[in-house]
Amino acid sequence: MRREIPLIITAVVGIFFVLQYFIPHPPFNQLNGWFSDWFSIIGACAIWLGALNLIRISADKIYRRREDWGYAIIIIISFLLITIIGFWEGNAFRDSGTGFDWLYRFIYTPLSATMFALLAFFVASASYRAFRARNLEATLLLLAAFFVMLGRVPVGDALAGIFHVPESILPSSIATWIMNFINTAGQRAILIGIALGIVSTSLRIILGIERSYLGGE
Amino acid sequence: MKRDMLIYSAILIIALLLYFAVPKPIAFSPTVSYIVIVLIAVALIYIFIRTIQGKYVGRRIVFLFVGIAVVLPFFMTVTQPIRLSPEVKMVYDAIMKLKPGSKVLASFDYDPPSAPELQPMAETFFRLCIERDLKVIIMGLWPQGPQQAEMALRKTMTFPEAASKNYKYGVDYVNLGFQTGNEFVIQRMGSDFKSMFPNDYYGTPYDSLPLVRNVKNFSNIDYSFNLSAGYPGTVEWVQVAVDRYGLQMGTGNTAVQATSMYPYLRAGQLIGLLGGLNGAAEFEKACNKLGKGTKFMVSQSFSHVIVIAFIIIGNAAFFLGEKKKREKE
Repeated sequence: MRREIPLIITAVVGIFFVLQYFIPHPPFNQLNGWFSDWFSIIGACAIWLGALNLIRISADKIYRRREDWGYAIIIIISFLLITIIGFWEGNAFRDSGTGFDWLYRFIYTPLSATMFALLAFFVASASYRAFRARNLEATLLLLAAFFVMLGRVPVGDALAGIFHVPESILPSSIATWIMNFINTAGQRAILIGIALGIVSTSLRIILGIERSYLGGE
Repeated sequence: MKRDMLIYSAILIIALLLYFAVPKPIAFSPTVSYIVIVLIAVALIYIFIRTIQGKYVGRRIVFLFVGIAVVLPFFMTVTQPIRLSPEVKMVYDAIMKLKPGSKVLASFDYDPPSAPELQPMAETFFRLCIERDLKVIIMGLWPQGPQQAEMALRKTMTFPEAASKNYKYGVDYVNLGFQTGNEFVIQRMGSDFKSMFPNDYYGTPYDSLPLVRNVKNFSNIDYSFNLSAGYPGTVEWVQVAVDRYGLQMGTGNTAVQATSMYPYLRAGQLIGLLGGLNGAAEFEKACNKLGKGTKFMVSQSFSHVIVIAFIIIGNAAFFLGEKKKREKE
């Protein structure tokens, strides 16, 4: 029964969600609301579960003195600090001038922005090493990257303007054309492929053919 | 790890020293700005010549140049002409077509890492909405989204034209806050907003807010604007709210995500797209409200040019290497 009950729940919920999309009338629309509320409740519980799991893994890392255990101490201190300050300040914790707001604006925001900013360096380094005209396909990719990178910034058109390049072949015009036609066609192909994959995988899960999500063998 | 901690401490001390010691604001004159640009160009030409001579550069040099290209423009007084793309104009036109008093739903689905790209869009959007006397209903599918909206609103209210409008909370705008559940939140909002947001961001009951008291579902919304940095975001809004409930929607996305929005844009499911920092700068230009987007765009322009220069240098090194290989054979 440990496997049958989850399979039945999955099948019932899966079939219901397919039906409710096509029949937006009682009882399907009411049940849809009920299931959606449950999804939100489970989602809220998952946030707690995730937070507690983070603490458990970090504490274990410190206890066993695993590699970089010092960072785990920072994680726990940061977690406790922001949680305690948040709860301490009550309902108004997000108001301007509160301790939580200060931590959010001056610690969390710059730190996370810094992490994301590192992407610029990785992209630059990867572009330097990867965009090589090795063959026809790589050359096409290189040219597309060249025009999109130059066309997506105003300096591209400004540089082209020095050479009196006609408007139709300005870097921004070429970049727009690449985005609107070549990129859109490629994205559509990917989207259709993903959609077909989702439909087939969903059917396998609803019908109980695909059971790997239950864990075990 | 001790070495790492020492390095981090040193960086922190240097940053603090710079913060207190350097006078603010730092701004290079146009002449100094152009001299800096020429120096960078000369350095790149030097690297190119060395590459042709067979002395290749390492990635640390690339990092150094990207760092310079990103940081220095913040202090430069250089302007650049910004051209309006059709997708940005669509967002602007859609908002301009709305009558004063129209209800606009703004979903903030991003967090601080994406703020440099999306926050300028949020600020310009609020400035335009306030100027046009539109009623804004804010929400977020990401936990930090509503807080980003608060920050953008605070910033917007520092502009005299916005402050003079006396925009009132609950009457002219509300922040419904964050709700967990991803696309299920959107789906439930299709039938009943209140079921997903019984209280607003500050804990006020939904029915006590005059602006949303009579807002039942998407049929009461005139236009919606989504700021998205991933999942859940624009794709989910299009698939549920636009396709199923016919919501009119424009979007602002990070540059990385914007490419995947073009199929929806071309199919007419999205009414406009602001893509990355460039989209933010174009939107500022369209609204005639220049701000952070336009300022940061100089940095982006420089970094793109530097990356392109290194791609050319990398290809020069590649072809020289291939040539040498053939000669040996």
